[in-house]
Amino acid sequence: MTEKLVIIGNGMAPGRMLEELFEKAPGAYDVTIFNAEPRVNYDRIMLSPVLSGEKSYADIVIHDEAWYATNGVTLLKGARVTQIDRANRIVTAADGRTAAYDKLVIATGSSPIIIPVPGHQLPGVLAYRDLDDVDRMLEIARRGGRAIVIGGGLLGLEAAYGLKRQGMEVTVIHLMPTIMERQLDPPAAYILKKALADRGIDIITKANTKAILGTDKVEGIELEDGRVIAGEMVVMAVGIRPNAGLARDAGLTVNRGIVVDDGMATSDPDIYALGECAEHRGICYGLVAPLYESARALADRLSGGAADYQGSVTNTKLKVTGINLFSAGDFAEAPDREEIVLRDASAGVYKRLVLKDNRIVGTVLYGDTADGSWFFDLMKKGSDVSAMRDTLIFGQSFQGGVPLDPMAAVAALPDDAEICGCNGVCKGKITSTITAKGLTTLDGVRAHTKASASCGNCTGLVEQLMKLTLGDRYNPAAVVPMCGCTDLGHDDVRRLILAKGLKTIPAVMQELEWKTSCGCAKCRPALNYYLVCDWPDEYADDYQSRFINERVHANIQKDGSYSVVPRMWGGVTSAAELRAIADVVDKFDVPMVKVTGGQRIDLLGIQKEDLPAVWADLGKAGFVSGQAYAKGLRTVKTCVGTDWCRFGTQDSTGLGIRLEKFMWGSWTPAKLKLAVSGCPRNCAEATCKDIGVICVDSGFEIHFAGAAGLEIKGTEVLGMVRTEDEALEYIVALTQMYREQGRYLERIYKWAKRVGLDEIRRQIMDDADKRRSYFERFVFSQTFAQVDPWSERVSGKDKHEFSPMAVARLSEAAE
Amino acid sequence: MSWVTIGRLEDIPPRGARCVDTPEGRIAVFRTADNSVFAMEDSCPHKKGPLSQGIVHGASVTCPLHNWVISLESGAAQGADEGQVRTIPVRNDNGILRLDLTELRVAAE
Repeated sequence: MTEKLVIIGNGMAPGRMLEELFEKAPGAYDVTIFNAEPRVNYDRIMLSPVLSGEKSYADIVIHDEAWYATNGVTLLKGARVTQIDRANRIVTAADGRTAAYDKLVIATGSSPIIIPVPGHQLPGVLAYRDLDDVDRMLEIARRGGRAIVIGGGLLGLEAAYGLKRQGMEVTVIHLMPTIMERQLDPPAAYILKKALADRGIDIITKANTKAILGTDKVEGIELEDGRVIAGEMVVMAVGIRPNAGLARDAGLTVNRGIVVDDGMATSDPDIYALGECAEHRGICYGLVAPLYESARALADRLSGGAADYQGSVTNTKLKVTGINLFSAGDFAEAPDREEIVLRDASAGVYKRLVLKDNRIVGTVLYGDTADGSWFFDLMKKGSDVSAMRDTLIFGQSFQGGVPLDPMAAVAALPDDAEICGCNGVCKGKITSTITAKGLTTLDGVRAHTKASASCGNCTGLVEQLMKLTLGDRYNPAAVVPMCGCTDLGHDDVRRLILAKGLKTIPAVMQELEWKTSCGCAKCRPALNYYLVCDWPDEYADDYQSRFINERVHANIQKDGSYSVVPRMWGGVTSAAELRAIADVVDKFDVPMVKVTGGQRIDLLGIQKEDLPAVWADLGKAGFVSGQAYAKGLRTVKTCVGTDWCRFGTQDSTGLGIRLEKFMWGSWTPAKLKLAVSGCPRNCAEATCKDIGVICVDSGFEIHFAGAAGLEIKGTEVLGMVRTEDEALEYIVALTQMYREQGRYLERIYKWAKRVGLDEIRRQIMDDADKRRSYFERFVFSQTFAQVDPWSERVSGKDKHEFSPMAVARLSEAAE
Repeated sequence: MSWVTIGRLEDIPPRGARCVDTPEGRIAVFRTADNSVFAMEDSCPHKKGPLSQGIVHGASVTCPLHNWVISLESGAAQGADEGQVRTIPVRNDNGILRLDLTELRVAAE
């Protein structure tokens, strides 16, 4: 006979418990849920991404209406239970609805603590607990201003980051000397504070709030030391308190939370407590992983089993984009404890392991958290680490001297190693589900195992497991299509263009089954580049698939005018050239003349109709297009080298000019900027360029894969060559390799990261045949590419581009 | 309605656009891959980018300044963006293109 199971509360813990229960004992219970919130069950730990705008409410729903219907669950929304009648086994809600039970689960969760300082009831004082709070925050954030977050713990910092992302100024007030002191040691807290400050979040530590100011809404706060901070919103994120009042009124044993045994039963054997309202062995948990573990135990008990919940060892990750932080266990210093610390300030890495009796008891990782789950696993199992102590800090893949192969590290994990901390999913569950259900996509694995379905921090690990289990059948590249017009990724498209001999955009779209008639603004320029690169002699460049700048050989500005940058080879110019530029400026009334970062001169504010005439005048002075607009070779920046400089070791100016004259006109996946410095003092700043050369006495050190834009990255060394001729050949070969393999808009440093520096060095430095063939393909391509686009247009090409089709007077219409 | 002749279909490259200047501002005239013709004000509702300079794909154009996608048929911004460009009636009579500037003139007065 079906028993009646009543659940008070509809959060994540009872939701997970029911999933397990329906799997273990389908149909055993007639389930009724009382839910005080007017919603279905959603993923509370994902509130931060909703606040920061990275996810929406729909993304974080765990159980939709259909789930309740399918499983025959009666969900009473907006029903707050006010009484449990243990004698008659009936619960009653505030609105009068009642339900009789055979088994009752109390999952009333917790409430945020609001510090009762003066002003705490003003509108604009918020907690950070549920979707209503997030909605109110977003409403205030739309008006801008400053948000003050009280509490520099995990939740407070995530709230601060989310509000910053929503455009508010943010100040965090924290009572303790360092932030997140329960999870982080002071050095990690310091790095984190700095990283948050870089994101524009002010953090005031050792600060106690005296009062919240304002008359009818929040206007700011006053600290104990008298400081006043103005703001439009105060978010209290100082902690939570278990909601145990209902249980206390019903006469159940209550401490801080509702006291439960290892079977999650309260002092009444037919009543259980689950989630943040429960207290197990003296601990009230607030993180999702332990709640899910206890949910599993309860589901087992309710289906007739005898599982015991043993308590949990927890770990923490901060959900702030771009900050990798992992913390687990206890890391306070004590006489019987030892620590291992690794710091790499330039890479922003800090790792600390705390050992006791040769066992890990605490872990803090900042910057590089890849080994978090491995350390956590060693800690949970209490493994003796003395055998690998010397290299322990370098992580799992370093043990036994094996090379750093992430796949090997994942392969080495035992089946019971936890992969997804949020949902408590271990490796064996993921691999067996992939095999049993024939899963091939990340979404499929998420749907069936819940791994990586919450905060997403373990996505990389899950993908590696898929790769491990499926081998070549798992192709993550296929998951990222070029655009909405195709399911194929860039690499597949490039491969198929060559394999099938596709030589026009319509042919590519037809053969590769494009879903749109003529592509979109994302795929057309990419395809045009791939075809230009792969068939330089046969493909007719499709100007209608080029971005406007490459179509009219100038850079469009915000007002629809254009800027014009003529080439100055290696940044060297002359009186005649400067005079010609000055004449153009006068004749066309050019509003602004500016020296660029690439050692040449930019003429800004030229009307489109004037472009051909401007180019004609510049052409007469010997100028060609500087291609300052192109996904192609831009500038070669140089210093004055041995010609003038007392430190110069080689003719850097000469090499720069030679490179520019050799390579101009070539199209590349993204812009390509070069520089040549005549000595290691590096005045041409070659070590943040796409390709750079540092001249030394013994020859030329070739660098590549630098960046100084959205990202800042020093170059990597490709290798050293002895002569200028070699330098040219190696650089050209490298460029051609990038041209053939890069994805459209992928800068050389991203390409290099993807294919691997060693592979590039092997092909360019060590394999002379390969290098020579790259070089020759580039030279062949240049015979078609080195046509000055300006002089072409001066002589009439694409005339239609530069003049209006007609001029209509409005009065004509009346005639 | 009164129609003003602006030129021929061949004057516009397929998947391209040309401009027509009027005292009330520029009009962009688009020709799609299947030779349909559309006209609208040459000004993106986002930051007034010249739509005539964008890439034409299907019956849409992508603004060259910040990649808003505008429907050539309705003038409405597509996807998550919200905005509307005023469309201008255009007619293709055997390759001769004509615009109806009546509304533009009313707006000018």
